[in-house]
This record gives sequence, C-alpha cells and structure tokens, in this order.
Amino acid sequence: MQPINTYLRGGGLALKDFEFLSPTTTDEAAQIKAAAGNKARVIAGGTDIIVQLRGGRFEIDQLIDVKNIPELNELSYSESDGLTIGAAVPCYKIYANSTVRSSYPSIVDCSELIGSIQIQGRATLGGNLVNSSPSGDSLPTLIALNAIAVVKSTSGTRNIPIVEFFTGPGRNVMADNELLVSIKFPAPNKNSGAAFLRFIPRNEMDIAVANVASYVTLSADKKNFETVRISIGAVGPTPYYAKDAGDLLAGQEVNDQNILKAAEAAKVYAKPITDMRGTIEQRIHLVGVLTKRTLDIAIKRARG
Amino acid sequence: MTSTSSKKNKYSVIGTSPIRHDALGRVTGKAKYGVDLRLTGMLFGKTLRSPHAHARIIKIDTSKAEAHPGVRAVITTKDMPIVKDEVADFGETMANYRLLAELCLANDKVLYKGHAVAVVAADNIHIAEEALSLIEVEYEVLPSVLTVQESMKEGAPLLHEQLTTRAVAARFTRGTDTGVQSNVASRILIEGGDVEAAFATSDVVVEREFNTKMVHQGYIEPHNETAFWAPDGHLTIWTSTQGAFGVRTQISKTLGLSESHVKVVPMEVGGGFGGKIRSYMGPTAALLSKKTGRPVKIVMNRKEVFESSGPTSGSNMRAKIGATKDGKITAAQVYLAYEAGAYPGSPVGAGASTCLSPYNLQNFSIEGLDVVVNKPQVSAYRAPGSPAAALAVETVIDEVAEKLGMDPIDFRLKNATKEGDRQVSGVVFPRIGCVEVEEAIKNSDHYNSPLEGKNKGRGTAMGWWFNGGNASTAMVTVNSDGTVGLVTGSVDLAGTRTALSMQVAEVLGITPEEIYPSVGDTDSIGWTGPSGGSRTTFSTGIAAIQATNIIIDEMKKRAALLWETQPEDISFVNSTFISSKNSNDKFSFKELAGKLMGTGGPLSASSTSNPTQVGSAFGGHICDVEVDTDTGKVTVLRYTALQDVGQAAHKAYCESQVQGGAVQGIGWALNEEYYYTNDGTMANSTFLDYRMPTALDLPMIDTILVEVPSPGHPFGIRGVGEVPIVPPLAAVANAIADAIGVRLTELPMNPASILAALKNKK
Amino acid sequence: MTDKIHVKTNLNGDNVDFLCEARQSLLEVLRDGLDMTGTKEGCNDGNCGACTVFLDGRIVDSCLVLAVEVEGKSVSTIEGVADVDKLHPVQQAFLENAALQCGICTPGFIMAAKALLEKEPDADEGRIRLWLAGNLCRCTGYDKIIRAVQSAGKDMQNI
Repeated sequence: MQPINTYLRGGGLALKDFEFLSPTTTDEAAQIKAAAGNKARVIAGGTDIIVQLRGGRFEIDQLIDVKNIPELNELSYSESDGLTIGAAVPCYKIYANSTVRSSYPSIVDCSELIGSIQIQGRATLGGNLVNSSPSGDSLPTLIALNAIAVVKSTSGTRNIPIVEFFTGPGRNVMADNELLVSIKFPAPNKNSGAAFLRFIPRNEMDIAVANVASYVTLSADKKNFETVRISIGAVGPTPYYAKDAGDLLAGQEVNDQNILKAAEAAKVYAKPITDMRGTIEQRIHLVGVLTKRTLDIAIKRARG
Repeated sequence: MTSTSSKKNKYSVIGTSPIRHDALGRVTGKAKYGVDLRLTGMLFGKTLRSPHAHARIIKIDTSKAEAHPGVRAVITTKDMPIVKDEVADFGETMANYRLLAELCLANDKVLYKGHAVAVVAADNIHIAEEALSLIEVEYEVLPSVLTVQESMKEGAPLLHEQLTTRAVAARFTRGTDTGVQSNVASRILIEGGDVEAAFATSDVVVEREFNTKMVHQGYIEPHNETAFWAPDGHLTIWTSTQGAFGVRTQISKTLGLSESHVKVVPMEVGGGFGGKIRSYMGPTAALLSKKTGRPVKIVMNRKEVFESSGPTSGSNMRAKIGATKDGKITAAQVYLAYEAGAYPGSPVGAGASTCLSPYNLQNFSIEGLDVVVNKPQVSAYRAPGSPAAALAVETVIDEVAEKLGMDPIDFRLKNATKEGDRQVSGVVFPRIGCVEVEEAIKNSDHYNSPLEGKNKGRGTAMGWWFNGGNASTAMVTVNSDGTVGLVTGSVDLAGTRTALSMQVAEVLGITPEEIYPSVGDTDSIGWTGPSGGSRTTFSTGIAAIQATNIIIDEMKKRAALLWETQPEDISFVNSTFISSKNSNDKFSFKELAGKLMGTGGPLSASSTSNPTQVGSAFGGHICDVEVDTDTGKVTVLRYTALQDVGQAAHKAYCESQVQGGAVQGIGWALNEEYYYTNDGTMANSTFLDYRMPTALDLPMIDTILVEVPSPGHPFGIRGVGEVPIVPPLAAVANAIADAIGVRLTELPMNPASILAALKNKK
Repeated sequence: MTDKIHVKTNLNGDNVDFLCEARQSLLEVLRDGLDMTGTKEGCNDGNCGACTVFLDGRIVDSCLVLAVEVEGKSVSTIEGVADVDKLHPVQQAFLENAALQCGICTPGFIMAAKALLEKEPDADEGRIRLWLAGNLCRCTGYDKIIRAVQSAGKDMQNI
C-alpha cells in the first residue's frame, strides 16, 4: 500500500484565541461584520457557537456578543405588528412571556424542548435560526407561523421570510456581513391554533429524529379548515414547508380522514438520511405521525 | 420503595443506613477528585490520537510542536521503554502489560481510531491542543474490521500478525496454543453431558441469534492522571482509580521501575464501574514529567473517554434451550462471540461461565470466542461479560416458558439452582439464593399487580455473578478517646468507607460515627486489590474485622494486666471487657481505650484478607413497559430489582447499587450503543448522541433485598455491585416482547428498531 | 497572542476579578483560575450538567458560558450553597437520603434542584424529573436523588 501523508489535527481541534467584542448598537455590530465578514461571528446564548468553535467548524478572529444591544433583547407584541422576538432573547424568557403563552403556544412548545433547563437559560431562537440546522427545534414553528427574519447590515435592514431562509445544512441566505436583529410573527389568525412536536429516542436532550409544526385556521363555526400551514424538519438538508399537505385541507371538514390525508401528503416532502439518530423509514413514518398529532393539538387549541 | 425479606435485624449496626463519612465533602464541592488536583509548576498534557481505525505508523515529526511557545516536552513510542510480554490478573480481566503499554502509546501500528500516538506537555491545555495540530504523522492506512463476523471471515485483515487462537477450558486460564493465525484470540469451550441427545428428547426447543453493540460504562468523570517524577527517581501518580496497587504495578512494569519507586495516590473517583482499573495516561504523564522535571496532568476529554478508554464488548450470540412439557430443561447450548477490541481480552469467559447459573443442568455446551476488532480495547464493565450472555439465555428461557404455557418464574423455579448444585465450571454452589430471589419475585407486589392496557408488557429475568475475593489490607487504630481510625487500601467509589466502618463498629459495639475511615495510598497501607468485582465490602470488610479482632485480643491483654489476671479469663461482649474471675472487673471499650498508653502504649493492628469462600449472588428483575406503536418509543412504567445481598451491610447503599446497575442495564437495552461509520469512526462520541438515561426517562426503581447470608463472611455479606446489571437487558427485552408480541434480538431496542420489528410483524 | 481580559464579577456574594483569555469558559476559569473545583467538567458541551452554576439567578452550563460573559453579573457555585457550617436543605436531603454515590454529578444536581425548589418547593415527581433531565447521573439511577429533592422541597415549604 502506498504510504499516505496525513496531517493529523488533534482530537478536539485547537481553539485559537479570538477578540471578544461587546457592541451596544446594531450599527456597531454591523460595522464589525462589514469589516470582518464571517471571521467575526455572533454569540448570543453561546450554546451552539461555543461547541462549534471548539469542534473546529469555524475559525474566527472576533466574537461579537450581541446581548447588550437593546433591539436584540426586545420581546413585544402588538395586534398590528404581531410578536417580535429579539435575536438574543433566551428561551426561558420566551416561554415565560404571558402573550407568547396565550397566543403562540407552539413557540412555547419548541422553546421548552430545546436542550435542558440549563440550555434554555442561555439558548435563543435567534441562534437556533441562524444556526440553520436541519433539525433545529424552532424552525418548523417559524415556517408554519410564517415568521420573518429581520436582518441588518451596513447597507440597511431587510426582511426575509423564514420559509425562504434555509439553503442547506447549517446554511442560509444571510450574507457574511449581515446579522439577525429579530424574528417577527404575524398576529395569530382568528380561530387559529398551532402546535409543535418532535420525536427523540429519550425524553429530553436529544436532537430531533423528526419534528413537525402545524398552524391551522378554522372557519368561524370551527367545523372546517380555512388555511393550514405544515412544516417538517430533520428529514432533509433543510426544514421544509409542506405546502401541499396544508393546502389540501383548505375548505375541508375537520375530521380524522382529512387529517390523515394531510399527514400522508406531508411525508412526500421528507428526504431523510439514515444516521446515528434515525433511519430513513423511521423518519418518513414519524413525519406522518407527528403531522397528525400536531394537527390534532392545533385544532384543539383553535377550538379553545 | 424498598423492602427486605429478612425479619428483625439481628445486628446493631449492620443493616442500618448511617450517613456516609465522606458525603459532606461531596455535597459541598470540597471533595478532591483526580482532576481537582493542583500542584505548583504543573503542566497540562494532551494526547494525539489516530484518525485511522487500522494503520501502520510510518513517521512521526514532532519538531514543530516542540518549537511551539509554551510546549515543554513531546513524547512518542520511541520514548517508551520496551515492555515484556507478561499477563496479569487485573481482578476482573486479564491483561498483558506489553499490550497495556500500547494502549498508552501505540507501537508501530494503530489499531483503532483514537489510539494514542504522541503526547504533549504544555503550560496550559489550550497550548497543548495547539501543539497537537503541529505534530505531523504519516500513516499507511490498512483495511479494518468492525464486527466479530467481519473479523472472523476468511481473508479478514489480521490485527496482530503473531496472534494465534488459544483453546481455553476455564475463565482466567491461558489454555493451549492451537497455532491457528486469526483474529480469534481464544476459544473457550465448557461442556457437560450430551446436548444433542437431550435436545432430541425435548418437547420444545427454542433457538435465537442475537447481536449487541459495544457500550461504555458512562462514568461522568473522565480519566485523569497527574505524575511527578522526582529528581531522585521516585515517581508519584495521583489519579482517579479503582485500584492504586494495580496502577502501581502497571506503571512500574511499563516504565521498568521497581514498585517501591512508584507511589500511587488514589483520589476520589467520579465513577468507575470497572473502567478505571487500568491506567491509560500514567506512563506517558510520568515520562513527560521526567523530561520536564515538573508535574504533568493529563485528562481525557469526553470524546477520548468514549474512543480511547475501555468500553465493553459488542457481541454475536446464539442460545438454544430445550425442555420437556412438564417444564424441565433438557439442554442448553450457547455460542458467544465477543469483541475484544484492538487487543485480546474480552470477558467472554465470564459470560460463558455465568449465563446458565440460575439453572441446574446436566447437559450444556457453551462456546465463547474472544475476537479482536479495530475498536478500543475493552475493559471491565460491571459484571463484565455477563449481561449480554444473560440477554441471550434469559430471553430464550422466557420464550420456552411461553411455548410451554408456563409462568416464566414457575418455569425457572422448576429448574432452579440450589445449594450443592454445580456451576458449569464444576464448582459447587454453597448456600445460595436463587430460589429465594425467584420466590420473592413471585410474592412481590409488582409481580402480583395487574398490568392493564394495550401495548403494555411485563418481563422478568434472572442473573448471576461470581463476585470477587482477592486480597485487601486494613489497619485499625484505637484512639485514647475510644474513637477508632480505619485505613484501608480500598478506594471508596460509593460509600465503602462507611460500610467498612460499620463492620468494625459492629465488632466493637460502637457506632460508625466513632470510626474515622480513610483510604491509604500505596506507601501508607498494605497491598489491596481494586475496588471492583463486588469485593470491597466483603473482602476488605474481612480484613477490617480481622484487624479489629487482633485489637480486641491485645486489649484483653491490657485488661489482664490491669486486673492481674490472664487474657483467657477476659471476654468481650456488648462493647465491654469482663473478667470471668471478678464480675466487678469491667471496662467499656471506650474506658479501656483511655488506659492503653499506660498499659503498654498505643494500639493499632493491620491485617490482610484473602478470602476463599466468596459469596456469589443472584438477582432477578421485573420490568413493565408501554410501547408507543406509532413511534416505537418504549416507556418503562415500573421496575423492581430483587437481589440476594447476603446480609445487607449498609442497607441504603445496597439499594443504591441495585438501582444504579439496573438503570445502566436499562440504558444498554434501550438506547446505548457505539455507532460506527464504515471507516471505523465512532460517530456518537458525545453525551448528546451516546444516549444514557436521564431522570426523565425512568420511573422510581424499587428494590427488594433478599438476604441469604453467605457462609464466607462473618456477617454473611455478599458482594452487591455487579449483579444488578445482569438481568435488565433481558427483563426489558421480555417486557417489550410481551407488549408488542415481537421478540427483538438486537440491542439497542431503540425506537427505529422497534418500528422496524412492528412493520415486519404485520 | 491576544491580551488577557480583565473581568469583574460577583461570585458567591463576593466581588472578584480575574484575568482570562476570551476562549476560556467560565467552567475553566472557576476551576483552574480561581481554584473553585466544586463545579465539575463531564463533557464540555452542555450535555451532562455537571458544570451547572447560577448566572444571574438562573442555572446554566458553565462550560457553555465564556468567562468574559460574566462581566458585571452574579455567579453562584456549589461552594456558596452552604452557609458556613449550615447546610442548605437540598444538601442535607442528599446526605440523609443517600442520594449520591461517586458524587461527581452531585454539585450540579444540588444547583439545579436548588433553582427548582426556590421557585417551586412543591414540585411533583414529574416536574422534578423534567427539571433535572439536563443533569446526568450514572451511579444512582436517579431514584434516591428524586426522593431527596422531594424531601428538601417539603423542608423548604416549612421554612
């Protein structure tokens, strides 16, 4: 056999030291990004980025702590503007918020599931979004609720519909010089309900084998579906908006048969792999199960 | 909820649950574990590890690393002394010192991904990590084998060119060399009677094949060693180890030092379960200390713990059991092929010797193969070898009972081992609690509670472990205020300081709080075997009792002096010395302790145990599960672990050991595995994806302590720690089978595999 | 090589300061810089909870907090739980209920349990298990830990 030259980098790749910056305005942060691109990355909760830095996924010169920027800490609601969750708001604040609890229970569903109580003390939905993991636990809810990412650079601010946000595992449409400011959710429709579920082998801590969010809006008499949005995750390189699965319910009666039809239709969108977290067959099957279960809960919530 | 089946406790201290002497330090964060050690001038070491599962090392260039600022020394295999081939008994596994040296630093080949290749010592951990990136290694990559089946195939790449299969007849023997070159290091064959003839007379025969995966002990504290090589050639090692003396021997043999030049100081240990008996970084830390003149600490990170310490074997197994319709087992045939990892030494002999112990059989044939594969070399894991083999036997037993239409416990009782029956090795069972445990299962609240509802199931299983003897030394000192110092060489993993103090307290008629127990290092106490093998409370207890009895004899002499009589006239009852010659001549232990200095001086006594009558033990578990057939998820609804503990020493700690072992077994059964990709990478070497049970995954674990005193210990104590991990794999598998009507024969029984099994059933 | 950063924080009620590199975690600085070895490292990636500390009143995994991030904040560790020689009810309950074996996970569990019981001393078994799911224990099987937390909760309701 021919000898092969292999330069080994140590078991945990060496974490080079970096500069730690704490801007207090979005302009400051945007200027750092403009100058350094992805050699400067953002830390909010740190529960993803610190692990990734230690694992050698990124090499950076600067780490930008955005927790001192007021807009990124915003957590507010108005009927006209809907819900705004700043990029640096940690999960525990989100699921404790009374408006989120009463009007956006599917956001409570997912933010209560991320990691553990300790992780929820730091982790943010903003980080979960920018991390853009195919199995990110907040992502199907963001898609189903038709949320928007508010993103800023030195050139200005733009709004990106979450459903157009992801481009591949860990990749999204944000440019190297942009940072996430907040996530905005429209005010919930009348007679609507939403739910998120994920499947994991244990009861906590695991990465999703499959996860699904469903957002249903019912007719005034609550007997029929008006609009339905279903999003599935951990079953492909990005989370998916299962458009056809939701659309086929529009105008249909709320019954088990139709729910199962939608569940079957959602499965069509799944393109999973087999890995240490799950198999292809299992994941496709789970999309069907979780779609049905999230629709059931969403309907219950819509009916009050 | 726990209960014990013995009636009124006949002892004052034994069987109670005093608060542990060393618990205060642990709940306040003051206890010093190996990683907590700080020494002046200490350097931090880090190990470069192989990225290949099987490769020849062509060249290592450490020059750039050595030149990196803050790096103080780098070593590779050329710095290791040549170690002779010498096989040692590590208490629970056999190991060859030369091979153990190669686990610390590979020789000319790397045999698993994560095999140590070079080690760096630097001013801090970050610089050490940076230095690793600068070491250049040239490998010639070789094909690798990752399962026993692959490894035994015709034409499979050989891990060790010089390895030939040894034919072995009993556990812990070297056997004879067959001269056959292969990856099978040894083959054990244990036979009795005529299985073929017996199967032919059976009304029911069930045969199943099983596959299990490599799993890890999962201790939360990583391996750690700190070494200081003093200018006068004395080496001190501080480490979290289960056995300081074993480490001393291993390191002295590896480095060519005499044992008197090596002192090992055992620190508190954050979990061992058998995985912290051997040293992985002591020799390399020592060499770096010698090179730099400074203490060097090396700590594994979690990835290294998974990939480079000693997990336990995955396996391929078959079990075949026959019975006649009246419920008598006719014959049992078992085949076990266990992964040894990169070097020989799987616990297949133990698996072979334990799996049929609950049954009195005349016709049996057990074949066990020790097979090397390109994975980390296995180390002991709580009753090593027994849980997997018990999975095979206890699920087939369950299936035979099912086919006979018999209750699974009744079926077992009909064939149960009793005193006087023989193990498959031929050793006769002394007084033993197999029947008592099975009857306790039958009488338990759990077994008699109805289990209602769809997709719910109940499973039971038995298990057995030898438990260990081996030598221990204890030293007892009497203080003038009547308190007692107790030093032993037994590392305290989970409360043995207290369990040992309780035995001394019982003999002396004082309270455990009046005893001050501590753990000695290799310079300050006599040779003591490792804390493992379920031997500490038993064997070190005997040493402590022996030392205490010497104290009592000596104190009788002192009393005799004071009372002007003979020692033979003095008895010691209820903590009081009494003269038979004069009923007014009495001293309490405390009183006489105060008079020692005036009657000949201070008093201490040392004694070494080496017990031959070890009390083995049976355990039996009951598991209720509910299966979500839409997702394959298993919820453990209720769990009861029953075990013959002999006389329970510390009642709460007996319960604790049983609970802990049961839960490790549940994790092993349901979700834990080394998930390998084809290139020999363990893909899930983190606590995120190596899925051990969390508090949210379990119900309370009820325990029932059955007490069948062992004749081999003054108080009847049996070892407790290992038996509880033996039954759960099968108990959970049998419960799942009862719930969904399908028998899974591969571990882990995770949701994906249960869904697949349900799909195939339809 | 970047200069070290001077961090000022409040640790167990005392104002302290230290020098650190940006890449160092709070866990590392507590243990190696400040000699507070009661907080333990089990995995260094937020999956075992052995490094649990309070940060501004909430439990976090200190392996996933950079030391520089605690500037101006308050940190509480296991060393600050007992009041000189008076143990906290959670610590006392762990002793009395034999809720530890090797003890390496114990500081993390005590911090987490304290956080729960301070807000919900009447938490039921399910709530306790959920709250403690981020703390791994390999020795006990959790049974006696849960019982200890329930017992401490009762004590804390009576205070």
